Amino acid sequence: MQVPNVMEAGVEGTVLKAEVRDLDFYYGAFHALKRVSMPIYDRHVTALIGPSGCGKSTLLRCFNRMHDLYPGNRYAGGGIVFHPDNTNLLSPEVDPIEVRMRISMVFQKPNPFPKSIYENVAYSLRVRGMRNKNELDDRVESALKGAALWNEVSNRLGELGANLSGGQQQRLCIARALASDPEIILFDEPTSALDPIATASIEELVTELKEKVTILIVTHNMQQAARISDYTAYMYLGEMVEFGITDQLFIKPQKKATEDYITGRFG
Amino acid sequence: MLQATDLNAIRAIITRAKRWDLFFSLLGILSLMIGILTFVVLFVDMAIQGVPRLSYEFFTSFPSRRAANAGILSAWVGTILVMLVTALSAVPLGVAAGVYLEEYAPKNWITDIIEINISNLAGIPSIVYGLLALGLFVYYFGFGQSILSAGLTLALLILPVIIVATRESIRAIPQAIHEASFACGATTWQTVRDHILPYSSAGILTGVIIGMARAIGETAPIITIGALTFIAFLPNAPFSGDPPAGLFDWIFAPFTVMPIQMFNWTSRPEAEFQVNAAAAGFVLVFMTLAMNGLAIWLRYRLRKNIKW
Ligand SMILES: Nc1ncnc2c1ncn2[C@@H]1O[C@H](COP(=O)(O)OP(=O)(O)OP(=O)(O)O)[C@@H](O)[C@H]1O
Ligand SMILES: [Mg+2]
Repeated sequence: MQVPNVMEAGVEGTVLKAEVRDLDFYYGAFHALKRVSMPIYDRHVTALIGPSGCGKSTLLRCFNRMHDLYPGNRYAGGGIVFHPDNTNLLSPEVDPIEVRMRISMVFQKPNPFPKSIYENVAYSLRVRGMRNKNELDDRVESALKGAALWNEVSNRLGELGANLSGGQQQRLCIARALASDPEIILFDEPTSALDPIATASIEELVTELKEKVTILIVTHNMQQAARISDYTAYMYLGEMVEFGITDQLFIKPQKKATEDYITGRFG
Repeated sequence: MLQATDLNAIRAIITRAKRWDLFFSLLGILSLMIGILTFVVLFVDMAIQGVPRLSYEFFTSFPSRRAANAGILSAWVGTILVMLVTALSAVPLGVAAGVYLEEYAPKNWITDIIEINISNLAGIPSIVYGLLALGLFVYYFGFGQSILSAGLTLALLILPVIIVATRESIRAIPQAIHEASFACGATTWQTVRDHILPYSSAGILTGVIIGMARAIGETAPIITIGALTFIAFLPNAPFSGDPPAGLFDWIFAPFTVMPIQMFNWTSRPEAEFQVNAAAAGFVLVFMTLAMNGLAIWLRYRLRKNIKW
């Protein structure tokens, strides 16, 4: 497998935020990621596409060490180098909790805690030891504003998060991920459980968020990848087939396999 | 396009298939009735015999050689105090063990062996716990034939129930919620404190009540460790008496409990004592039902915010 040329793909003036380098990952005996390499550019949206089961979620969940929660999962070689501090996120010396404090995640299905709207957002601040009521109030408000949810919930912050609509719940989860000022936010098919209108609002939100934060998003929807991402990575059977600037990858893919997939001849 | 005849054929198939629904629901009702009716008959019989005997004096009198003067004061006080010790020791231990096994324990063969043996513990006859407790609590630790020994014995007995209930209610929490907490940067302890325990508390509580309902009626292990069958005084209340009792002196007091009092009365030849036993049995069942009622109410309160 040819390693994509990072410098070739980079655009003038972009800064590397992280680099996946020759990453191998196993679920028990199953080799789920095979020497995967790709760059993640600072304050840009990078989309991961590929057919079901190709390892998109697996790669995404390496970034916040979610795999550490389950026995039998194994990072077997290579790593994810985080910039500017140049640490390997997957190294055993790095505390996964430290990684999760810097890189937050939004899941496929909205998963608010069975707590109030306020407490859902405040939770990522509380685990960081924030106790000051005024400070919490401010941060919760700005996170909800950042997730474009403030206007809808500002007068019912004490209500249960689960009482919101699906799209609102997903924006609540985005607010929760945003509250702690992460350096990267991971999205795993955040709109697959939502209707087209809620999807559009989440897409718009992602585009706004990249002003401040680096975004890595898994999507099944190629139009979505084309609409919101700056870079796209195409994966197949645990391998990185092609990485490129989204416009170029969709208009003139370098590989036949990529072309087949994005034109719908396969997948 | 379906023909009319096809439709009739389909309906015939459905009717035939539905006979099994009918058959099974009748079977289910029958099984349910056998269980419920047996309980109702026993309970009503006991109530007819015992309820007329219930009076203020019955609750405030010590046992006596004369049936008409005898009461259950020492028995119900003993039962409540023993249950208190049982709950205060079994709940923290059981919940902690359950949480450890679900959230912290490494997945290896040692954990597997521990898990298998917890289920085995639940199947050990209660008299065996009585023997263990006689040696361990009564003699070795020197707690004597006291409320403390009895409470700890029953705590051992219901510990497996609480551990299993804790683990099952933790497993009922969706993986997504679990992951959400970790993804926020929470440590395992923060996840347990802020999510696992609050969301599983309704289920844990059910397990606790089931365990307590079993413990409240246990007789054999309590007799084994030497509960008295005839006791005409109460443990000293904290700071009462002369010299004043300490806050926890009552845990070393000798005691009796409701089922032992009943057992004692049923073994007397006089018919009046049988009536006393029925009345005490009614009170015991009532205590159990009250506990269950409390559990249902608490469960409703705790689950109100949780939808899954
Ligand atoms: N916990 C697991 N244990 C074993 N194998 C797993 C596990 N999770 C995923 N896999 C396997 O790893 C491969 C990649 O799975 P992954 O979930 O990353 O796919 P995906 O690209 O996200 O697919 P989808 O688009 O359907 O979400 C699949 O073959 C899957 O069967
Ligand atoms: Mg996936």
